[in-house]
Amino acid sequence: MALDQSFVGRSYPPTAPYEVGREKIREFAEAVGDLNPAYTDPDAARALGHPDVIAPPTFAFSITFKAAGLVVQDPELGLDYSRVVHGDQRFVHSRPVRAGDRLTVVSHIDSIKSLAGNDVLSVRGEVHDENGEHVVTAYTMLVARAQEGV
Amino acid sequence: MIRMTAKISYDEVEVGTELPAQTFPVSRATLVRYAGASGDFNPIHWNERFAKEVGLPDVIAHGMFTMAAAIRVVTDWVGDPGAVAEYGVRFTKPVVVPDDDKGAVIEVSAKVAVKLDDEARTVRVDLVATAAGQKVLGLSRAVVRLA
Repeated sequence: MALDQSFVGRSYPPTAPYEVGREKIREFAEAVGDLNPAYTDPDAARALGHPDVIAPPTFAFSITFKAAGLVVQDPELGLDYSRVVHGDQRFVHSRPVRAGDRLTVVSHIDSIKSLAGNDVLSVRGEVHDENGEHVVTAYTMLVARAQEGV
Repeated sequence: MIRMTAKISYDEVEVGTELPAQTFPVSRATLVRYAGASGDFNPIHWNERFAKEVGLPDVIAHGMFTMAAAIRVVTDWVGDPGAVAEYGVRFTKPVVVPDDDKGAVIEVSAKVAVKLDDEARTVRVDLVATAAGQKVLGLSRAVVRLA
Protein backbone atom coordinates (compact mmCIF):
# COMPACT_ATOMS: atom_id res chain seq x y z
CA MET A 1 0.00 0.00 0.00
CA ALA A 2 1.42 3.36 -1.00
CA LEU A 3 2.32 5.69 1.84
CA ASP A 4 0.35 8.87 2.40
CA GLN A 5 1.98 11.74 0.49
CA SER A 6 0.62 14.24 3.01
CA PHE A 7 3.44 13.18 5.39
CA VAL A 8 6.02 14.89 3.15
CA GLY A 9 7.36 17.93 4.98
CA ARG A 10 6.41 16.60 8.40
CA SER A 11 8.91 17.16 11.24
CA TYR A 12 9.13 15.28 14.51
CA PRO A 13 9.93 16.74 17.94
CA PRO A 14 13.61 16.98 18.96
CA THR A 15 15.04 13.95 20.74
CA ALA A 16 16.36 14.05 24.30
CA PRO A 17 20.10 14.95 24.26
CA TYR A 18 22.52 12.12 23.45
CA GLU A 19 25.77 12.61 25.33
CA VAL A 20 28.75 11.44 23.27
CA GLY A 21 31.30 9.65 25.45
CA ARG A 22 34.98 9.01 24.74
CA GLU A 23 34.59 5.32 25.46
CA LYS A 24 31.58 4.99 23.13
CA ILE A 25 33.66 6.53 20.34
CA ARG A 26 36.51 4.14 21.14
CA GLU A 27 34.14 1.16 21.11
CA PHE A 28 32.71 2.23 17.73
CA ALA A 29 36.15 2.86 16.19
CA GLU A 30 37.45 -0.49 17.42
CA ALA A 31 34.36 -2.25 16.02
CA VAL A 32 35.25 -0.80 12.61
CA GLY A 33 38.89 -1.78 13.16
CA ASP A 34 39.92 1.85 12.82
CA LEU A 35 43.02 2.75 14.81
CA ASN A 36 43.17 6.47 13.95
CA PRO A 37 44.36 8.09 17.20
CA ALA A 38 42.02 11.06 16.68
CA TYR A 39 39.26 8.69 17.90
CA THR A 40 40.96 7.54 21.08
CA ASP A 41 43.76 9.87 22.12
CA PRO A 42 42.71 13.39 23.23
CA ASP A 43 46.25 14.72 22.67
CA ALA A 44 46.30 13.38 19.10
CA ALA A 45 42.89 14.94 18.47
CA ARG A 46 44.04 18.29 19.92
CA ALA A 47 47.13 18.19 17.70
CA LEU A 48 44.72 18.14 14.75
CA GLY A 49 42.83 21.13 16.16
CA HIS A 50 39.90 19.33 17.82
CA PRO A 51 38.99 20.10 21.45
CA ASP A 52 38.56 16.39 22.30
CA VAL A 53 38.52 13.02 20.55
CA ILE A 54 36.31 13.01 17.48
CA ALA A 55 34.02 10.29 16.18
CA PRO A 56 34.34 8.51 12.82
CA PRO A 57 32.39 10.10 9.94
CA THR A 58 29.49 7.63 10.14
CA PHE A 59 29.12 7.57 13.94
CA ALA A 60 26.11 9.90 13.96
CA PHE A 61 23.99 7.27 12.23
CA SER A 62 23.40 5.42 15.50
CA ILE A 63 21.85 8.59 16.89
CA THR A 64 19.93 9.71 13.83
CA PHE A 65 18.56 6.29 13.03
CA LYS A 66 17.24 5.90 16.54
CA ALA A 67 15.60 9.31 16.09
CA ALA A 68 14.19 8.21 12.74
CA GLY A 69 12.39 5.49 14.69
CA LEU A 70 9.78 8.15 15.42
CA VAL A 71 9.11 8.28 11.70
CA VAL A 72 9.53 4.61 10.90
CA GLN A 73 7.26 3.54 13.75
CA ASP A 74 4.72 6.34 13.33
CA PRO A 75 1.48 4.30 13.25
CA GLU A 76 -0.19 7.01 11.18
CA LEU A 77 2.46 6.66 8.45
CA GLY A 78 2.01 2.89 8.44
CA LEU A 79 5.41 1.81 7.12
CA ASP A 80 5.91 -1.98 7.18
CA TYR A 81 9.29 -2.03 8.90
CA SER A 82 9.77 -5.77 8.37
CA ARG A 83 10.14 -5.01 4.65
CA VAL A 84 12.46 -2.01 4.98
CA VAL A 85 16.00 -1.96 3.61
CA HIS A 86 18.55 0.85 3.76
CA GLY A 87 18.89 2.36 0.27
CA ASP A 88 21.17 5.39 0.57
CA GLN A 89 23.01 7.19 3.32
CA ARG A 90 24.72 10.56 3.28
CA PHE A 91 26.25 12.81 5.94
CA VAL A 92 26.97 16.52 5.66
CA HIS A 93 29.11 17.75 8.54
CA SER A 94 29.58 21.29 9.80
CA ARG A 95 32.13 19.76 12.15
CA PRO A 96 32.94 16.25 13.39
CA VAL A 97 30.98 14.79 16.31
CA ARG A 98 33.20 14.85 19.39
CA ALA A 99 33.33 13.58 22.95
CA GLY A 100 31.30 15.74 25.31
CA ASP A 101 28.73 16.72 22.70
CA ARG A 102 25.12 16.68 23.81
CA LEU A 103 23.30 16.14 20.54
CA THR A 104 19.64 16.45 19.69
CA VAL A 105 18.05 15.27 16.46
CA VAL A 106 15.06 16.62 14.59
CA SER A 107 13.81 14.23 11.91
CA HIS A 108 12.05 15.46 8.79
CA ILE A 109 10.29 13.51 6.04
CA ASP A 110 11.75 14.97 2.83
CA SER A 111 10.02 12.76 0.30
CA ILE A 112 7.83 9.73 -0.22
CA LYS A 113 7.88 8.01 -3.59
CA SER A 114 6.45 4.85 -4.98
CA LEU A 115 8.80 3.05 -7.39
CA ALA A 116 7.75 -0.27 -8.92
CA GLY A 117 5.49 -0.90 -5.94
CA ASN A 118 8.24 -0.12 -3.43
CA ASP A 119 7.75 2.73 -0.96
CA VAL A 120 10.82 4.98 -0.93
CA LEU A 121 11.06 7.21 2.12
CA SER A 122 13.69 9.94 2.54
CA VAL A 123 14.30 11.06 6.10
CA ARG A 124 16.63 13.91 7.08
CA GLY A 125 18.03 14.05 10.61
CA GLU A 126 19.32 17.48 11.65
CA VAL A 127 21.80 17.15 14.51
CA HIS A 128 22.61 20.13 16.73
CA ASP A 129 24.79 20.52 19.81
CA GLU A 130 23.81 21.97 23.18
CA ASN A 131 24.49 25.50 21.91
CA GLY A 132 22.11 25.00 19.03
CA GLU A 133 24.98 24.86 16.52
CA HIS A 134 24.61 22.53 13.57
CA VAL A 135 26.93 19.50 13.70
CA VAL A 136 25.76 17.10 11.00
CA THR A 137 22.80 16.31 8.79
CA ALA A 138 22.10 12.68 8.02
CA TYR A 139 20.11 11.86 4.89
CA THR A 140 18.66 8.35 5.03
CA MET A 141 16.74 6.71 2.22
CA LEU A 142 14.68 3.70 3.24
CA VAL A 143 12.97 1.33 0.84
CA ALA A 144 9.97 -0.76 1.91
CA ARG A 145 9.92 -3.58 -0.59
CA ALA A 146 6.62 -4.36 -2.28
CA GLN A 147 4.58 -7.25 -0.92
CA GLU A 148 4.97 -10.28 -3.15
CA GLY A 149 1.91 -11.02 -5.23
CA VAL A 150 0.27 -7.67 -4.48
CA MET B 1 53.02 1.36 15.76
CA ILE B 2 54.02 4.29 13.58
CA ARG B 3 51.18 6.13 11.94
CA MET B 4 51.32 8.42 9.00
CA THR B 5 49.76 11.68 10.07
CA ALA B 6 51.06 13.64 7.11
CA LYS B 7 48.47 16.01 5.71
CA ILE B 8 47.64 15.95 2.05
CA SER B 9 48.03 19.28 0.34
CA TYR B 10 45.32 20.49 -2.01
CA ASP B 11 47.97 21.84 -4.34
CA GLU B 12 49.65 18.47 -4.66
CA VAL B 13 46.64 16.42 -5.70
CA GLU B 14 45.22 16.22 -9.18
CA VAL B 15 42.04 14.85 -10.65
CA GLY B 16 42.78 11.15 -10.96
CA THR B 17 45.14 10.98 -7.98
CA GLU B 18 44.65 7.50 -6.51
CA LEU B 19 44.42 6.93 -2.77
CA PRO B 20 46.12 3.82 -1.33
CA ALA B 21 43.58 0.98 -1.70
CA GLN B 22 42.74 -1.22 1.28
CA THR B 23 41.01 -4.52 1.99
CA PHE B 24 38.82 -5.14 5.02
CA PRO B 25 38.11 -8.69 6.18
CA VAL B 26 34.67 -9.24 7.72
CA SER B 27 33.80 -12.23 9.88
CA ARG B 28 30.70 -13.07 11.89
CA ALA B 29 32.62 -11.84 14.95
CA THR B 30 33.15 -8.48 13.20
CA LEU B 31 29.39 -8.15 12.72
CA VAL B 32 28.52 -9.08 16.29
CA ARG B 33 30.98 -6.48 17.50
CA TYR B 34 29.64 -3.82 15.14
CA ALA B 35 26.07 -4.64 16.20
CA GLY B 36 27.00 -3.99 19.81
CA ALA B 37 28.90 -0.78 19.11
CA SER B 38 26.31 0.69 16.75
CA GLY B 39 23.16 -0.56 18.47
CA ASP B 40 21.90 -2.19 15.24
CA PHE B 41 20.79 -5.66 16.34
CA ASN B 42 18.80 -6.56 13.22
CA PRO B 43 19.07 -10.40 13.17
CA ILE B 44 19.90 -10.46 9.42
CA HIS B 45 23.40 -9.45 10.58
CA TRP B 46 23.97 -12.36 12.98
CA ASN B 47 21.26 -15.01 12.65
CA GLU B 48 21.64 -17.25 9.59
CA ARG B 49 18.27 -18.93 10.10
CA PHE B 50 16.49 -15.57 10.22
CA ALA B 51 18.46 -14.18 7.24
CA LYS B 52 17.45 -17.15 5.08
CA GLU B 53 13.83 -16.91 6.20
CA VAL B 54 13.65 -13.36 4.81
CA GLY B 55 15.15 -14.43 1.49
CA LEU B 56 18.85 -13.59 1.93
CA PRO B 57 21.54 -16.08 0.89
CA ASP B 58 23.16 -15.92 4.34
CA VAL B 59 23.98 -13.42 7.09
CA ILE B 60 24.92 -10.04 5.57
CA ALA B 61 27.11 -7.24 6.87
CA HIS B 62 25.52 -4.02 8.11
CA GLY B 63 25.53 -1.55 5.23
CA MET B 64 26.73 1.01 7.75
CA PHE B 65 29.71 -1.22 8.60
CA THR B 66 30.71 -1.30 4.93
CA MET B 67 30.24 2.46 4.74
CA ALA B 68 32.39 2.97 7.85
CA ALA B 69 35.13 0.64 6.59
CA ALA B 70 35.26 2.22 3.12
CA ILE B 71 35.86 5.77 4.36
CA ARG B 72 39.03 4.59 6.10
CA VAL B 73 40.71 4.74 2.69
CA VAL B 74 40.06 8.48 2.84
CA THR B 75 40.70 9.13 6.54
CA ASP B 76 43.95 7.12 6.54
CA TRP B 77 45.09 9.12 3.51
CA VAL B 78 44.19 12.57 4.83
CA GLY B 79 45.21 11.90 8.46
CA ASP B 80 42.49 13.97 10.13
CA PRO B 81 39.10 12.22 9.94
CA GLY B 82 37.52 15.60 10.70
CA ALA B 83 38.48 16.64 7.17
CA VAL B 84 35.61 14.56 5.76
CA ALA B 85 32.90 17.19 5.28
CA GLU B 86 30.46 15.06 3.32
CA TYR B 87 30.14 11.35 2.69
CA GLY B 88 27.39 9.48 0.91
CA VAL B 89 26.79 5.99 -0.49
CA ARG B 90 24.12 3.87 -2.09
CA PHE B 91 23.84 0.29 -0.84
CA THR B 92 23.75 -1.67 -4.08
CA LYS B 93 24.47 -5.27 -3.03
CA PRO B 94 24.77 -6.91 0.39
CA VAL B 95 28.11 -8.19 1.66
CA VAL B 96 27.38 -11.86 2.37
CA VAL B 97 29.37 -13.18 5.34
CA PRO B 98 29.57 -16.99 5.53
CA ASP B 99 30.22 -18.77 8.81
CA ASP B 100 33.64 -20.16 7.87
CA ASP B 101 37.26 -19.27 8.60
CA LYS B 102 37.41 -16.82 5.68
CA GLY B 103 34.26 -14.71 6.02
CA ALA B 104 34.08 -11.92 3.46
CA VAL B 105 36.54 -9.32 2.20
CA ILE B 106 35.60 -5.75 1.25
CA GLU B 107 38.02 -4.20 -1.26
CA VAL B 108 38.06 -0.43 -1.47
CA SER B 109 39.79 1.88 -3.93
CA ALA B 110 39.37 5.61 -4.33
CA LYS B 111 40.56 8.51 -6.42
CA VAL B 112 40.24 12.25 -6.56
CA ALA B 113 37.37 12.95 -8.97
CA VAL B 114 36.99 16.74 -8.79
CA LYS B 115 38.89 19.64 -7.28
CA LEU B 116 35.85 21.50 -5.99
CA ASP B 117 36.98 24.76 -4.46
CA ASP B 118 40.42 26.40 -4.51
CA GLU B 119 39.47 28.64 -1.55
CA ALA B 120 37.98 25.97 0.70
CA ARG B 121 40.59 23.48 -0.60
CA THR B 122 37.98 20.78 -1.01
CA VAL B 123 38.08 17.79 -3.32
CA ARG B 124 35.55 15.13 -4.16
CA VAL B 125 36.87 11.61 -3.73
CA ASP B 126 34.99 8.77 -5.44
CA LEU B 127 35.21 5.34 -3.83
CA VAL B 128 34.67 1.87 -5.25
CA ALA B 129 33.85 -0.93 -2.82
CA THR B 130 33.48 -4.54 -3.91
CA ALA B 131 33.02 -7.90 -2.21
CA ALA B 132 33.17 -11.25 -4.00
CA GLY B 133 33.60 -9.34 -7.27
CA GLN B 134 30.36 -7.37 -6.85
CA LYS B 135 30.04 -3.65 -6.32
CA VAL B 136 28.54 -3.23 -2.83
CA LEU B 137 28.47 0.58 -2.68
CA GLY B 138 27.31 2.85 -5.50
CA LEU B 139 27.65 6.61 -5.87
CA SER B 140 30.14 6.46 -3.04
CA ARG B 141 31.55 9.96 -2.69
CA ALA B 142 33.25 12.05 -0.06
CA VAL B 143 34.00 15.76 0.06
CA VAL B 144 37.32 16.26 1.84
CA ARG B 145 39.05 19.42 3.02
CA LEU B 146 42.77 19.28 2.32
CA ALA B 147 45.65 21.26 3.74
